Amino acid sequence: MTQRVVIIGGGQAAVSAALRLRSQSFEGSIEILCEEPGLPYQRPPLSKKYLKGELDRERLHLRPEEVYQDLKITLHRETQAHFIDRLKKRVATRNRGAIAYDKLILATGATPRCLPTSVGGDLENVYTCRSLADADLLAGEVRPGQRLLVVGGGYIGLEMAAVAIDLGLEVTLIEMQDRILNRVAAHETAQWFRKLHLDRGVDLREGVGLERLIADGKRATLAALSDGSAVGVDLVVAGIGVSANDRLARSAGLFVENGVLTDESCLTSDPDIYAIGDCAAFPFRGEMTRLESVQNACDQGEYVAEHILGQAPANYLPEPWFWSDQYDVSLKIAGFNRGFDHVVTRPGEKPGAISLWYFIGERLLAVDAMNDAKAYMMGKRWLAKGQSPDQIALADPGLPIKDIPTKDTQAAAAA
Amino acid sequence: MVTITFIEPDATQKIVESTLGLSVMEVAVRNNIQGIAAECGGQCSCATCHIHIEEPHFKIVGAPVDDEEDMLDFSDSRKPNSRLGCQVTVTEELNGMIVRVVGDE
Repeated sequence: MTQRVVIIGGGQAAVSAALRLRSQSFEGSIEILCEEPGLPYQRPPLSKKYLKGELDRERLHLRPEEVYQDLKITLHRETQAHFIDRLKKRVATRNRGAIAYDKLILATGATPRCLPTSVGGDLENVYTCRSLADADLLAGEVRPGQRLLVVGGGYIGLEMAAVAIDLGLEVTLIEMQDRILNRVAAHETAQWFRKLHLDRGVDLREGVGLERLIADGKRATLAALSDGSAVGVDLVVAGIGVSANDRLARSAGLFVENGVLTDESCLTSDPDIYAIGDCAAFPFRGEMTRLESVQNACDQGEYVAEHILGQAPANYLPEPWFWSDQYDVSLKIAGFNRGFDHVVTRPGEKPGAISLWYFIGERLLAVDAMNDAKAYMMGKRWLAKGQSPDQIALADPGLPIKDIPTKDTQAAAAA
Repeated sequence: MVTITFIEPDATQKIVESTLGLSVMEVAVRNNIQGIAAECGGQCSCATCHIHIEEPHFKIVGAPVDDEEDMLDFSDSRKPNSRLGCQVTVTEELNGMIVRVVGDE
């Protein structure tokens, strides 16, 4: 009988698990160990509305303090777990002693990769954007007319560039790979976003890396780039990916490889320890996969809560979705495009709307919908039902999306 | 302050007070109303804050437009008085509003 659930990590996955335990009438203790000083908060707005000053700190909180109190969810703030004793089933902390568990949930998240010290990554005005503290530091630096260098053309980098342009900064964005969004999107989507950022005035350079930052005192003032050029900088933001926070799991002897490895039920190699959210790698379509998204954090949190209570199905089956806001563009993604072999473009019904559909053969894998909520919702629905649209009809913007014939490709998905 | 009554998917009724200027989704989240996942935090991206607003207040908030309309258009629980809670701002006029939460779809 599970009496004591301990969750390490204070992000969206942790809170989602705790809330679901309570909503499913779990009456034992729930303790969340958070390293950060404040209440658990949403990260996505940090590189968007929060940095622009359009969202108060309080509105970032996932829940107000009273909700945790009312539900008897104990938040141990500024508490770092430093060792898991699996034999005694206790988590050692530096400031709160040992905390005993029956079931332990690792929701430790990920840490942004920093620019190496050898290229000047330790200079004062070099930032990442992952935590509230990062965003607050950055907010103090983003002023009109300042020159920002963004290193990395993934979603975080592009969002940073968009916010900075909106705030009146001069922005250079460099991407070492030959195109932006290289890891996450098709070249059609990359092309669309490239044009968007160029049109808004970003100096966007692909296939260009950072050689080194040149400092005046403790601050970078010039960036030497791999194309031989140099750009003046007032601040630098690195958006070059994250690493799973798996140190604790590794030192506890759990299986770890680019994340804490779990089975289909989010269980690690210890049957009393789960791993969820950005820190976890789970089997998904034949590969160990880490999904860095709010959707996965929330859904895995809810799943393990139900699993602990014996109410969950045998397997966690994600229905991935994701979003990004850049300028006035809303990108919504449904599905997961890994393994696609071609993309079908569908101009949207409204001006400025377009969607890119990822297929493997006849089977729909995902859709990137720009300013096209209709395409996103239809894609989400088709994916949930295991249906794939007729590709010729899909490419015809004259045909309303709801009238597009579909085919059941569930069997192909299972194969 | 205004008073809003939420009716959760399992018919539990919760009466809460709210300051002005928040979205109905935020009010729900702050009061731990069940059935409002609000995963995207109010970006009109996840449609997990679907509500039905009873009269006379639906007339005041009006029908959804643009993205919100497109998102709701695909819901099985779509009704003429459907809205996404994140797109409705709490104003003085909404005092006494009754909101039915759709929940998991």
